[in-house]
Amino acid sequence: MTTEVLTIGKALNLGLRKAMEDDAKVVLMGEDIGKLGGVFRITDGLQKDFGEARVVDTPLAEAGILGTAVGLAMRGYRPVCEIQFDGFVFPAYNQIVTQVAKMHARSRGMLSMPIVIRIPFGGGIGAVEHHSESPEAYFAHTAGLKVVAVSNPVDAYWGIQQAIAAPDPIVFLEPKRRYWEKAEVDLDATPDPLFASRVVRGGDDVTVLAYGPMVKTALQAAEAAAEEGRSLEVVDLRTVSPLDLDPVFASVRRTGRCVVVHEAPTSLGLGAEIAARITETCFHSLEAPVLRVGGYDTPYPPSKLEEDYLPDLDRVLDAVDRSLEF
Amino acid sequence: MTAKTSITEVVDPVPGADAPHLPPGRGQDLVQLLTPEGDRVEHPDYSLDIGDEELRGLYRDMALVRRWDVEATALQRQGELGIWASLLGQEAAQIGAGRAMAADDMAFPTYREHGVAWARGVDPLHVISLFRGVDNGGWDPVATRFNLYTVVIGAQCLHGTGYAMGVQRDGAEQAVLAFLGDGATSQGEVNEAMIWAASFSAPVVFFCQNNQYAISVPLERQSRVPLYQRAAGFGFPGVRVDGNDVLAVLAVTRAALAAAREGQGPTFIEAFTYRMGAHTTSDDPSRYRLASELEEWKLRDPIARLKAHLSRSGAADAAFFDAVEAEADELAVRIRRGTVEMPDPAPTSMFDHVYAEQTPPLAAQRAEFVDYHASFEGSRA
Repeated sequence: MTTEVLTIGKALNLGLRKAMEDDAKVVLMGEDIGKLGGVFRITDGLQKDFGEARVVDTPLAEAGILGTAVGLAMRGYRPVCEIQFDGFVFPAYNQIVTQVAKMHARSRGMLSMPIVIRIPFGGGIGAVEHHSESPEAYFAHTAGLKVVAVSNPVDAYWGIQQAIAAPDPIVFLEPKRRYWEKAEVDLDATPDPLFASRVVRGGDDVTVLAYGPMVKTALQAAEAAAEEGRSLEVVDLRTVSPLDLDPVFASVRRTGRCVVVHEAPTSLGLGAEIAARITETCFHSLEAPVLRVGGYDTPYPPSKLEEDYLPDLDRVLDAVDRSLEF
Repeated sequence: MTAKTSITEVVDPVPGADAPHLPPGRGQDLVQLLTPEGDRVEHPDYSLDIGDEELRGLYRDMALVRRWDVEATALQRQGELGIWASLLGQEAAQIGAGRAMAADDMAFPTYREHGVAWARGVDPLHVISLFRGVDNGGWDPVATRFNLYTVVIGAQCLHGTGYAMGVQRDGAEQAVLAFLGDGATSQGEVNEAMIWAASFSAPVVFFCQNNQYAISVPLERQSRVPLYQRAAGFGFPGVRVDGNDVLAVLAVTRAALAAAREGQGPTFIEAFTYRMGAHTTSDDPSRYRLASELEEWKLRDPIARLKAHLSRSGAADAAFFDAVEAEADELAVRIRRGTVEMPDPAPTSMFDHVYAEQTPPLAAQRAEFVDYHASFEGSRA
């Protein structure tokens, strides 16, 4: 067994390196990902070792990155596109939604789009506008795309490799404010499937669902709740589309209560869909309505206000209280 | 305070053109090898060594494609197609470009490249099926090396460029022909494609059919310079060719594809032509263009000029033209019969290729759909 203590950022870097070693068709594309190693250094050292044809510093145009990735995929390559920040994905939105997502269906399966779209997402880093957003619902709403969000170094290391090996286009969301979080990663392990949610803390009173950066917040809330004698079960959804809700249904049938947490605006966010699913499936087990804790329905605010905007431990606990009081 | 110019003022014709929607004369940056009257002329940069059989083949291609187009328009009018995008008037541009391609070159069409489809061996019924609403194009884009139609304007230029980057990485001697129209030159993605192609010297040729109108909006709203001059700003050659001259289109496109295969990078070709019909069967061109303009262009018909040349040079006789006419009649019958007899797709098929690896939620939705429809007598699902 080979284990290493890795940050999420380093785990992604090693995972990308492994994927490139395993398959010569893997090509990384993005802005500043070569010499600089990306603004978050996720691709650090890869251009030096794999060359400029496989780690491509692209012109500064996101639609160009995704549009040329479509052509490379048609030619048998497996492009991994880095979008520098969440808010910069929108120039590429047309290519992602009208082309990447639809090509397989359009061609009745004759053309595959094994493209990974890496996006550092979410807030909490004190950045300027467009650098702190959570655009997952846009992509989860688009048939043909799959969307995953990692929360820890183990899933980062394995997940990026699994996403690259998968035959469908995947929006791969990286929790940018957690890039520096560390954990021990077993590099010889058999990883969990990519499209599976996971119970990360057992509990009996309330089920708390989160993904990406909010998993840590949910776990902190569970820790605090435990001190007050409340037992929260925390599920890391891991996959946003398709949702893997069977473990969630099993949990909610036991606890009867559920709180969904995400940074994205609450209205019409993932929490709304999840609440509907739980209600349809677990109606007779529910003791309280499914509650949502999310960003407000405002543009992501200037950073001096982001602590007010983002769900935190207290807002999760407040929702837990409201659920238990129902 | 008054504005220097009114925002409603009609803009000047595109500089470099004698009239906004008529081709410039020969010698004014217009490659022409066959005059509108059907006379063979030489061009200093582009020569074409072509035999009589190949000439007759080009005529046959254009005549059959036109008949297909006329039949499809009629089928739409009779309610058999939801819509049809006519290529009438653009046969030379499309057949010239399509026949310039080598077998393993790759084409990225818009939604009007029926002539190129024909040249790539795509069955007309596989194009018709898209416009009938049966599928999104029934042909195999890998086997025909003719991608499926792209409806979002200009998006395919990036796909072609990316594909060409793959060709480069494979070290293959192939080129890509990416199609676009005059309107598409205003799209950001098209400009991005040209930047990418130039920066990576990708083996891609951008083939722009300037048919003068983007639905109703004329060329002068898209560009203040002749389109081929745009290429200079991106750093690669731009060529304007008489788009109604199949020989010139063939020569120019062949040369550009050869240059791309040899590692010389991209070329932008502006095929100056005219959409003789409507944008689609839903359109009414009488609202935005003059009848006199159409009459001018009728004199430049791409098929008539090759016919004149073939007749005058003795490369084809009346029997040949009769045979092509008979073949066109047969094709029209086949297209008509094939269209009306085309089966609808299985209702469940909409679920089947959303993903390469089906997801459990979508599989469940499909099962619900099947159960729901099974609850009705005589269900198709």
